[in-house]
Amino acid sequence: MKITVAGETKEFNEGLTIAELIRQENIENPDYITVSVNDEFADNENFPSIELHDGDAVEFLYFMGGGSYVIL
Amino acid sequence: MSFSNEQLERYSRHIILKEVGVKGQKKLLNAKVLIIGAGGLGAPCAMYLAATGVGTIGIADADEVDLSNLQRQIIHATEDVGKPKVQSAKETINKMNPDVTVNTYHEFVSSENIMKIIKDYDFIIDGTDNFPAKFLINDACVMAKKPFCHAGIIRFQGQLMTYVPEKGPCYRCVFKEPPPKDAVPTCKQAGVIGAMGGIIGSLQAMEAIKYITGTGELLTGYLLTFNALKMEFRKIKLPKPNGKCAVCGENPSITELIDYEQAECNGV
Repeated sequence: MKITVAGETKEFNEGLTIAELIRQENIENPDYITVSVNDEFADNENFPSIELHDGDAVEFLYFMGGGSYVIL
Repeated sequence: MSFSNEQLERYSRHIILKEVGVKGQKKLLNAKVLIIGAGGLGAPCAMYLAATGVGTIGIADADEVDLSNLQRQIIHATEDVGKPKVQSAKETINKMNPDVTVNTYHEFVSSENIMKIIKDYDFIIDGTDNFPAKFLINDACVMAKKPFCHAGIIRFQGQLMTYVPEKGPCYRCVFKEPPPKDAVPTCKQAGVIGAMGGIIGSLQAMEAIKYITGTGELLTGYLLTFNALKMEFRKIKLPKPNGKCAVCGENPSITELIDYEQAECNGV
């Protein structure tokens, strides 16, 4: 199935969850991101159970401060 | 208010724009913009707003200028090291444009003072470098019904969004709460490229100018992200507010301002 991740359409296996997508995309600080699927926010607690479907568009929104510190 | 000959010349490149004109320039001269944080974002933002002729600029910052700031905080110069940033910023703005009145607030914003500080301003710029301040600014602006532009920068990346009351999501709609202090294992200096503050801080100034002059479309309901390594801007559509936000929702659970604790990063 095809999913658009941060504007880029890619091929993924069926049954992919948000949590698995986060792992596959090597997202930095996965505990501190916001995810939207088709312009709806996904609840962070449900990342392991929310399955993605063909044609979905996923965005990762990152916490970003104003200085030069980063959370690890 | 009529323009002096000097003002007509100074702002001639604005006045010639059909989107600004004499009317828009008057709006700018009558406008009051508050910049919280006179650092990487606030410095270029303040300079462009000053050059633009925003008549009143407030600057809030508790810090003094440090040598390590100068790679990106271009409102301050080498001779300013050790001076309060608000003072250094005010001196630079005064040299740039005598039309601008600068109000300084040499203090950290907190639940105690922020409502009083933002009260008289038309638009607020979040140029802060920490999450407690970002959530405080958001919540205060939601409660006081003030528009503001959030921005963040790190390494070669930046982001911004504009909140306008009842027109779109607030910062807390997107980022529910700051990372808990004790759940953050560690944080460190990641570095930031100096020009990143120039790019994103200038975009914040642009949002303020557009808001004041009523021109174009704001980043309300969008998060603009910039990746300098890929030289890629993305305008990400944000979900519409669903009424459940803890501060801007229909039944807000946050009705008083919160002073979150900042994870200890200094000296690491």
